[in-house]
Amino acid sequence: MSAASHTLPRWADLLLLPVVCLAVALLAAAGVVALVGQNPVEVITVLVHGAFGTARGFSYTLYYATTFVFTGLAVAVAFHGGLFNIGGEGQAILGGLGTGLVALWWSAFLPAWIMLPLMVVAGALFGMAWASVPAYLQAYRGSHVVITTIMFNFIASTLLVYLLVNHLRPAGTMSVESVAFADSAKLPGVHEALAWIGVEWPASPLNLSLVLAGLAAVGVYLFLWRTRGGYHLRAVGSSPGAAEYAGIRPQRQIMVAMAISGALAGMVGMNEIAGVHGKLLLEFVSGAGFTGIAVALMGRNHPVGIVLASILFGALFQGGAEVAFEVRGFSRDMVVMLQGFIVLFSGAMAYVIAPMLAWALATLQRLLPQRKQPGAAHG
Amino acid sequence: MDEALLGSMLASTLRLATPLIFCALAGLFSERSGVVDIGLEGKMLFAAFAAGAAGAASGSTLLAMLAAIGIAVSLSWMHGLACVSHQGDQVVSGVAINIIASGLTVVLGIAWFAQGGQTPPVTAGVRIQPLFAQLTAGLAGVPWVGALLGEGLLGHNALVYLALALVPATWWLLFRTRFGLRLRAVGENPQMVDAAGVSVTRLRYTALTINGLLCGLAGSYLVLAQSASFSPNMTAGRGFMALAALIFGRWYPVGALWACLLFGFLDAAAIRLQGAHLPLVGEVPVQVIQALPYVLTVVLLAGFIGKAVAPQALGRPYTKER
Repeated sequence: MSAASHTLPRWADLLLLPVVCLAVALLAAAGVVALVGQNPVEVITVLVHGAFGTARGFSYTLYYATTFVFTGLAVAVAFHGGLFNIGGEGQAILGGLGTGLVALWWSAFLPAWIMLPLMVVAGALFGMAWASVPAYLQAYRGSHVVITTIMFNFIASTLLVYLLVNHLRPAGTMSVESVAFADSAKLPGVHEALAWIGVEWPASPLNLSLVLAGLAAVGVYLFLWRTRGGYHLRAVGSSPGAAEYAGIRPQRQIMVAMAISGALAGMVGMNEIAGVHGKLLLEFVSGAGFTGIAVALMGRNHPVGIVLASILFGALFQGGAEVAFEVRGFSRDMVVMLQGFIVLFSGAMAYVIAPMLAWALATLQRLLPQRKQPGAAHG
Repeated sequence: MDEALLGSMLASTLRLATPLIFCALAGLFSERSGVVDIGLEGKMLFAAFAAGAAGAASGSTLLAMLAAIGIAVSLSWMHGLACVSHQGDQVVSGVAINIIASGLTVVLGIAWFAQGGQTPPVTAGVRIQPLFAQLTAGLAGVPWVGALLGEGLLGHNALVYLALALVPATWWLLFRTRFGLRLRAVGENPQMVDAAGVSVTRLRYTALTINGLLCGLAGSYLVLAQSASFSPNMTAGRGFMALAALIFGRWYPVGALWACLLFGFLDAAAIRLQGAHLPLVGEVPVQVIQALPYVLTVVLLAGFIGKAVAPQALGRPYTKER
């Protein structure tokens, strides 16, 4: 996934390459926008204004970003363990199911300060459990985690349909959703929380799971780069053979990486189920697991990058909705397409772009007047 | 079970299995050459859109199919550029193809036809008609033969028989020709193939070209034979099911065929078993049958019923030593 290149200087690899890849993806998307007869400049203007122009629009941007932080971190943790977790979608579905089930069972009589943490834990545990089956099969039976997690996505969505249609839907209703949770299972919105301290903020789906996402990002950073466990995980990810020789059991680290990954994806339900809908329903993940892959690729699998990439994607989703509203013939699918271009150019094609960039940089350096090499002083 | 039900079950099993067979064979070529293909779904979807758009615009079956194949082959080559010519991640590239296809088809569909992403239905002349329509009609009155042979086996269009015929053809190509031997070798041990003086890159591109061709046929089948127009996300996971069938068939053409027929049968049964009571088990939830192909594949991958062994070099980009 990473685009390490021998010829690119470090600053270019870390900063320039992602920007260039993003620019290529945006150019490709702009090309399609122009092809279908729209004005790319108009679309971008409406999009940026819709995403960042108003407090309400910005809240929506952050609300979408919250979900993407969870799924992006999930992909990144698995990646640091040397695994490609395509199952974020399924793990998020199961996590939402866990969150929803405890809320349905106990929200009527438990107070919010017990209920909400319980929902977080249930979501994380369900997601973890769903991820640990493919993890076990990869670690101990040698079945490839990419294939098994794809299969588990489909199994998860049919499981959710089955449970909602046959068991959780109240008798006699047509729509496939559960009854609403009691108030104690409702995560307060950010506008409500800000109202407590006297700040006025427009109502939006943005809720306190934003804080949870921030904590998750910090937690993932601390775990991966500041603990022994994280070091073991990264060691197995970069070289399973060397790690095993150093006394780290790769099988165990596969289980750990996927468990954390699944738990992170499982917390999507806190944003969507507990924060917004207040009941269990279908399609609350709707592709966020796959957006997580794009987010992790763009964010170079680092929590800071992932938070930034999530805000970018949140802005695209929110701004895209505004554009679909204002520009005739534009649909949200344009954002899905752009997401695909970003996965293509930041992920798969990075190796195609990196040598070109290195060549361009080298040419530029030759053309510029020769200066003293700044790196020479370090010997 | 009566004959009419058996006949229609047989017919819909074959109909539903056909796109799976095309796609599974497509995946077989690619994966046997060592290139992971997660993008089957996206290629089939984009090909279906191309077939629908070109079919509606030109009114020609041939042009519709050429458009579908052209698009699918281009996507395969893009996959090749990223992962065969360069060391890009094959899974990431496949995911990108899927996401781009699901977004771009709707964007273009809305822009060109303004029907919410659908293409206008192709005319009856463009659609691919049953091959032996008169024979089926003639047999209709005969008990058993009419339902089973007439409707069940002979009532299909040319693409269904093409898919079935491609299975032995693929087997012959892979296991009885020099090209097939090299293709399989490049998926197991590319260094050896390179040392023998055969180009790894060219073999993998050839495999990807065949892969695109077959995905194009799958997409055309969906639009020109199964339904008359393209609708957003009409593949609905069939590409992934074909991937599952390929693994379930242990990367062998005939094995993949049986898996596709099984999954097609389950699909056909799921529609008919809605709310039906079976002896012994009672009411089977439709979702259980829908999830069964994926569950079976995971169980097989886990090595609990036999063992599926992937080609050795699958997913590893090959770098020529200098």
